[in-house]
Amino acid sequence: MPVDFNFMVGGEAGQGVQSVGFLLAKVFARGGYHIFADQDYESRVRGGHNFFRVRVSDGKVDAIAEDVDILIALNMDSIELHQPNMVTQGIIIFDGEKVKGISGNNGSLFSIPLEKLAEEKAGAKLMINTVALGAVLAAVKYDLNILNTVLVDWFGKGEVADRNIAAAKAGYDYVQSEQKGNLRKLKPLSEAKRMLLTGNEAISLGAIAAGCKFMAAYPMTPASSIMEYMAAKSKEFDLVMVHAEDEIAAINMAIGAAYAGVRAMTATSGSGLCLMVEGIGLAGITETPIVIIDGQRPGPAVGLPTRTEQGDLQFVLHAHHGDFPRAVLAPATIEDAFWVTINAFNWAEKYQLPVIILTDQHLASSYATVDPLDLSQVSIDRGMLFSEKEDDPLEYLRHRVTKSGISPRAFPGLGKALVVTDCDEHDEEGHLTEDAGERTAQVQKRLRKLFSLKEEIGTPKKYGPKKAETTLIGWGSTYGAIHEAVDILCKEDASVNMLHLNELWPFPAKAVADAVSKARNSYAIENNATGQLARLMKAETGYDVSGRILKYDGRPFTPAFIAQAVRKERG
Amino acid sequence: MVTVSDYAGLKPAWCPGCGNFGILQALNRALVEMEIEPHQVLLVSGIGQAGKLPHYTRGNVFNSLHGRPVPPAIGAKIANSELIVIAISGDGDAYGEGGNHFLHAARRNHDITYLVHNNQVYGLTKGQASPTSDVGFITKTTPYGAASPVNPIALAIVSGASFVGRGFAGDIDHLSNLIKRGITHRGFALIDILQPCISFNHKNTFQWYAERVYKLEDESYDPSDKKAAIEKALEWGEKIPIGVIYKGDLLVYEDQLPALSEGPLVKQIIDPRRVEKLLAEFM
Repeated sequence: MPVDFNFMVGGEAGQGVQSVGFLLAKVFARGGYHIFADQDYESRVRGGHNFFRVRVSDGKVDAIAEDVDILIALNMDSIELHQPNMVTQGIIIFDGEKVKGISGNNGSLFSIPLEKLAEEKAGAKLMINTVALGAVLAAVKYDLNILNTVLVDWFGKGEVADRNIAAAKAGYDYVQSEQKGNLRKLKPLSEAKRMLLTGNEAISLGAIAAGCKFMAAYPMTPASSIMEYMAAKSKEFDLVMVHAEDEIAAINMAIGAAYAGVRAMTATSGSGLCLMVEGIGLAGITETPIVIIDGQRPGPAVGLPTRTEQGDLQFVLHAHHGDFPRAVLAPATIEDAFWVTINAFNWAEKYQLPVIILTDQHLASSYATVDPLDLSQVSIDRGMLFSEKEDDPLEYLRHRVTKSGISPRAFPGLGKALVVTDCDEHDEEGHLTEDAGERTAQVQKRLRKLFSLKEEIGTPKKYGPKKAETTLIGWGSTYGAIHEAVDILCKEDASVNMLHLNELWPFPAKAVADAVSKARNSYAIENNATGQLARLMKAETGYDVSGRILKYDGRPFTPAFIAQAVRKERG
Repeated sequence: MVTVSDYAGLKPAWCPGCGNFGILQALNRALVEMEIEPHQVLLVSGIGQAGKLPHYTRGNVFNSLHGRPVPPAIGAKIANSELIVIAISGDGDAYGEGGNHFLHAARRNHDITYLVHNNQVYGLTKGQASPTSDVGFITKTTPYGAASPVNPIALAIVSGASFVGRGFAGDIDHLSNLIKRGITHRGFALIDILQPCISFNHKNTFQWYAERVYKLEDESYDPSDKKAAIEKALEWGEKIPIGVIYKGDLLVYEDQLPALSEGPLVKQIIDPRRVEKLLAEFM
């Protein structure tokens, strides 16, 4: 029997939902399980209702599930809201002395005096979450020692760790002695060492590995943790993260740093990107390489600030006036986020243009286990550089018109070449010009870069039977959910496969047209209200999808939701 | 040996008699006298008549968007701390469109020099009121008179800039000297430069400024006294002080960055394998 087990931690903001969820994920990752975990939180620091789902599986998982096997309810709301998702033999762990008046299936209710045990056995009410963690592990007969080592890693050796270990033991022992029946079993699988990280952590690691030396940004959910990670590693990795006064300053600082010769990035969300739009064009005309992370959330304006959406695709394709090349990438999974980021820095420098990475709250703050990243596969391509040994620096032209459209870069102050560029239209040297011929030559030169870049765009990912009646089309963070929906439907003998894009611009029109032409039906599955990829496909290939399966309530897709929607569409 | 001819750029497209010529001359003279070669300098300008200045001299040039010379100047300075970075704006660029960047660059005290050509009017867009136009100044966009002006000198001082000076485009010797001091200063150095606009400002003319400016160097004035500097910053009208108004020894942003202690970022080697040690944190 394959293992596919789902935990949920629910409570108010400030009750420690995030730390319990993370530690649970860590404990099972250490035991050799594959994990996918997501966070659902409100835009508030205290109160409200937050939850953290941890899916534990013996096979690779890249999506959340709707069913809940064990719910750790830190308050009454959690029980009321999530009881409908409980499986028949599900278990709800709660503090019966604090949360009273629960009705329903009593066989699955594990009332544990969490607070009392925390006080008695660990000497602090604060430890109730650790007591609950111990209780959960007993409920699935897991190895408590794994939690103990995680607690030592988390808190460091010493009194705090010791008290947490005592609290965990109290919860574990209580369940063992009081709850004889109805226990589940999840034994550690192996010593497999996998990383457990979020999409934002994968992006940050990608940026550092790619040699990003400068980041400037303004805090905005869900991108802020990239700023924080980069700042935390700035000393160790000789990089600088500037917390700028606003997004306009942030992107312009990054452009200045990139012009001066270092790899530079910024990160924000949709409405922050609205402020950065002028910088996209500045990078375009000055041919300055920058990487921009857009962690999408539902808009317009402030929208749903802590939730997820794929609503920025059409925006980032067009943001800014005038015609100039850019690249738009959208990582499919947490591991992919690392590699896409490496790619983004290489393409930005090779083609001297802005590269936008579209993630979303779901990908940014979800956790997944991935095999240790193979850094030997990371290549650095800084593109064509001007050599003063081979060419006369006095003859240097920053915007030299070339066949490929790519002009070798020189960096100011590193040699005698003067590096001149301008946000006005400029001549080859970089000085402003209004000459019609020079203008035309520069526009064409910039656009030519797109042709070579187009050659680099990979074939979209395909999954499922080669020929199928129905093709499900998606992009970005929905990869895992669509992938699993294909599995669910194929098990029902439906003829379904998937086409998924993580490189969206320049658009791989031929590959997409070829893939969809084989299917009788095709459905665009998108976390937005209008089917923005479907519109892009229509514009670039002339192809109309048969239908759109859309979700724009700020919550991510689940495989079950997609499967059900496809069944309905297919009739 | 650096000479004035090293700084011979393109022919300026400014109106004949424009105050910008004096500023250009003063900047070139300062760079020559400091024995700085053009490739050692980065000039980052915005949009406006002042924004064109870098094209009329020589150096590395990043002619940026309107209101934005300061952020890319900061980014470039952090990327290559060996560059001499000079940002160049007009009054609309610096104090209007770029107001927020001006405040925060002063607050963080970045190690750049900021020259603001202040002619109290918009030149490039042909004669509208600017953030520094005198109160009541009548233009096509302010037919009933401009509102009160900002005081860039006072703003810079209270925001935390460590060097705040005012020059006059009509006194090239004095201005050139002031620019030299600004470049030498470690920290954010604002030099607000009074500049007659012969086409659109018929109030604050060359004559008007010349009759009012007086040099602080000729007085017993101590620019390290912040309170006195703020008082001096409020002086505007019959008498207008020029020279160093405030100079303090304040924390410089770049000095707080441990990454810069190993030399310029742009000279650091990229080695993806260094990330190996971070992977263990996620196991």
